[in-house]
Parts: sequence; C-alpha cells; structure tokens
Amino acid sequence: MIKDFEHFAPKTLKEALALLDKYQDDCKVICGGQSLLILMRQGLVAPKYLVDIKGISELNYIKDGKDGLKIGALTTHRTIEKSPLIKKKYPVLVEMENRLASIQTRNWGTIGGNICHGDPAGDPAPVLIALNATLTVAGTKGERNMPAEDFTLDYFETALGAGELLTEIQIPAPPPRTGTVYTKFNIIESDLATVGVAVSVTLGAGDGVCQDVRIALGAAAPMAMRAKKAEAVLKGKKITDALLKEAGEVASTEAEPISDIAASEEYRRELVKVLVKRMGNEALARAKKA
Amino acid sequence: MKKELKFKVNGQPYELYVKPKTLLVEVLRDVVGLTGTKRGCNSSSCGACTVMLNGMAVKSCSILALQANGSEVVTVEGLAKGAELSPLQKAFLDYGSYQCGFCTSGMLMASTALLAENPKPTKEQIKEGIDGNICRCTGYNSIIRAVTAVVKGEYKEAK
Repeated sequence: MIKDFEHFAPKTLKEALALLDKYQDDCKVICGGQSLLILMRQGLVAPKYLVDIKGISELNYIKDGKDGLKIGALTTHRTIEKSPLIKKKYPVLVEMENRLASIQTRNWGTIGGNICHGDPAGDPAPVLIALNATLTVAGTKGERNMPAEDFTLDYFETALGAGELLTEIQIPAPPPRTGTVYTKFNIIESDLATVGVAVSVTLGAGDGVCQDVRIALGAAAPMAMRAKKAEAVLKGKKITDALLKEAGEVASTEAEPISDIAASEEYRRELVKVLVKRMGNEALARAKKA
Repeated sequence: MKKELKFKVNGQPYELYVKPKTLLVEVLRDVVGLTGTKRGCNSSSCGACTVMLNGMAVKSCSILALQANGSEVVTVEGLAKGAELSPLQKAFLDYGSYQCGFCTSGMLMASTALLAENPKPTKEQIKEGIDGNICRCTGYNSIIRAVTAVVKGEYKEAK
C-alpha cells in the first residue's frame, strides 16, 4: 500500500525548485512515476511530500541546433521515439527507446525520470554516455552541468543534491564518420537489460583509424559505466576483429556485475564480452557509412 | 488531505475529491464505478489496466489519479457507440480473442490506441502494440487475428 503524502503540482521550474528547497529530503520528485510508484507501492520509498513535475511544460521539448541536440528532462520516451529529427540525426536514441518497456510506459514515462531513477539497468544512460551527453541540473542557487557518465553514483543514487532537479540533456552533434549503436540482452522483450552495451566509434578522415571510441555498459556495475580500458584497446588503431575481441575481454574484466534474478555475475561478464565485440563491429560499420 | 480532480471519462465530466495517493485505476473502478478496467499485476507489467489518456495508451495502475487532472480518459466502456460495439470489440467477439477475459479490456484499449495512431499496422507492429499486455491464457494469436481483420476493413465503424 502506498502511504499518504501531500501532493504539489507546480507549473513552473521556479515553483518546483522552491518546493524542493523547502522540503529537502522529506520530498520526492515524481514525473511519469513509472518507476517511482512501483517503489512506493512496495513501501521502499515513502515520501512525506511529493512534488509532481509532470505539468511543467517548459521542460518538455526537443531542440536541435548547430552545437547539438537539447532534450528537456520531461520529454517522454515515446516523443523521442517518434521524433523524425532524432530518427534522422541520432537514430541510436530511437532504437534504444523502441526497446524500453512497453508503449504504455513510454507514453507516460520521461527520459529525465528514467535517468534520475538511477537503475543501473536503465536503457538511456549507457546511450547518453556513448553519445558524450551533458546533463544540466538546476537548483534555487543556479545551474550546473555534468557529463552523463558522472550522474549516477551507485545503485539508485545520483549526483542530484537535495533541492536539485535535472532539467536538460545535451547531446553534441556527432563528429563526421561517427557511428553509435546500442543493444541489450534480455529474456522478455521490453524487459530491463540483463546487460546493455552502447558503443560509439569515430573514424579518422581517409585512414580509417579509430580516432575516438566510447563504450558504455548497462546493468554491468552499480551504475551505467564507461569501459575506459576497453576503449584504450581500440583508440588510435585500425579496428580489426581481433582488437574488438580483446576490447570485449577487457570490458568484461573491468565490469563489476552482480548476480541476481536475471543472470549470474559470470553470465553477465560473458554477455559484456560478446556484446562489446558485436556492438563494436556495428558501430564501426555505421561509422564507415556516416 | 484530499485534492480536487476534474477530468472527463468517456466524455462525461467528473469533479471529484481524491487522496493524492489514489491511482487512476482506483478512481475509475472504485469512485467512477467503471469496472471494465481491470487491476492485474499492480506493477505496470500486465497491461490489464490500460486506458487511453488524451488519446495515449497508459497503464492506469501506474499513474496517480491527480495526474489525469484536466484530461480525457477513455475506458473500455467508452468504445461502443450506444448499443453498437466498436469494430475491434466486434472482431474480438468473432475471432474468440479472449478466454478468461481478464486481459480483454486492456488488449482492446492497447489495440484501439494503436489503430488510432497507425490504421494500417503490420503484423509486427500489432505485436509491438500489445507488447505491454499479458494474456495469461496465451491467446495472443486470436487477438492478432482480430486486429488484423479490422485493419483489413472487415468491420465498419459504428455511425
């Protein structure tokens, strides 16, 4: 049973931040609530005050400019999935959203909510890390930016301070000859990832050498993580099958998965190994076409 | 403390006072009295509680009723026009698209939302459209057949 709480529905960011500032740790933010309500029903979270930000329309937008894409934190998964602009310029986001939960959940749940929930198995975080995204967080004292990879600190724990709200996701325009892909392994379609892997490869002009690479893992550690050692295997080299295999093996060692109902630790390490190689290949193919 | 909830259900305006923790499915079933919407898993997994909120399929067990303030909700009771069933409802009957019937209202709402957005879905898209809905009798094929029949124009919209 959900415990009683007091409900506020601010209409502006300013109002929301004032409420968060006032109630600090006694309050919880709800947006689509697709994850939070489950925790509340299980009694794992029982806030005294609930600040319902779903109605703050100023945080619901998709803007594309010269410097990249800006997504308001309140944008629903379904809006991203259906955006022709995102499909054309950042197809990996559409592919990721397509596999996130069910249509009903995507219709109401938001990308910002998903990230703030801090589930290491969430789909958006690894993709945003691979895309080198920056997150903007606002509080009554002002805004601050942080790389997507620094946002989650531990299981269900984020870098958000009491009184802070995630407002925007910025994705830089991809450099030329860049390919980014994401996949997850799960038993039931639309379920959370047993392991998720996002890879972004940028090739040099003409020489086909891997200029930059970002490898991000989901459900393979307490938070979505970058596999930096695996990246180092590929960076500055001409990517071959043997190198990708090695990158997969290195990623599998630097991951810190746990055993749970979905898979054992060993199984997850094996998945990381296989999927990093597979996604590396796909990202490479995409980079060549880009 | 109760808060005001003003919304429309199947075209009918309601002005209610609800506890903030009340879920949309609870208001629909226990306050408005429309029990066609089923409460299944209570954790956003089974889709039996699917309704349309401003035209979108959503799981009413995973939305606070207060979040529906100012919006239009359609439940399975709102699909028929008077005594005439909607094309999907007729097709579900003809194709035996239910066994125990518990998932039926959710399946109808998910497929109604699907056809409203995409009147000519492929079989894959139909499957995706009902992906969030579980039929524990495993009668998925007959549900897909019924939706396909409507897509092919075997059933006319009630006037």
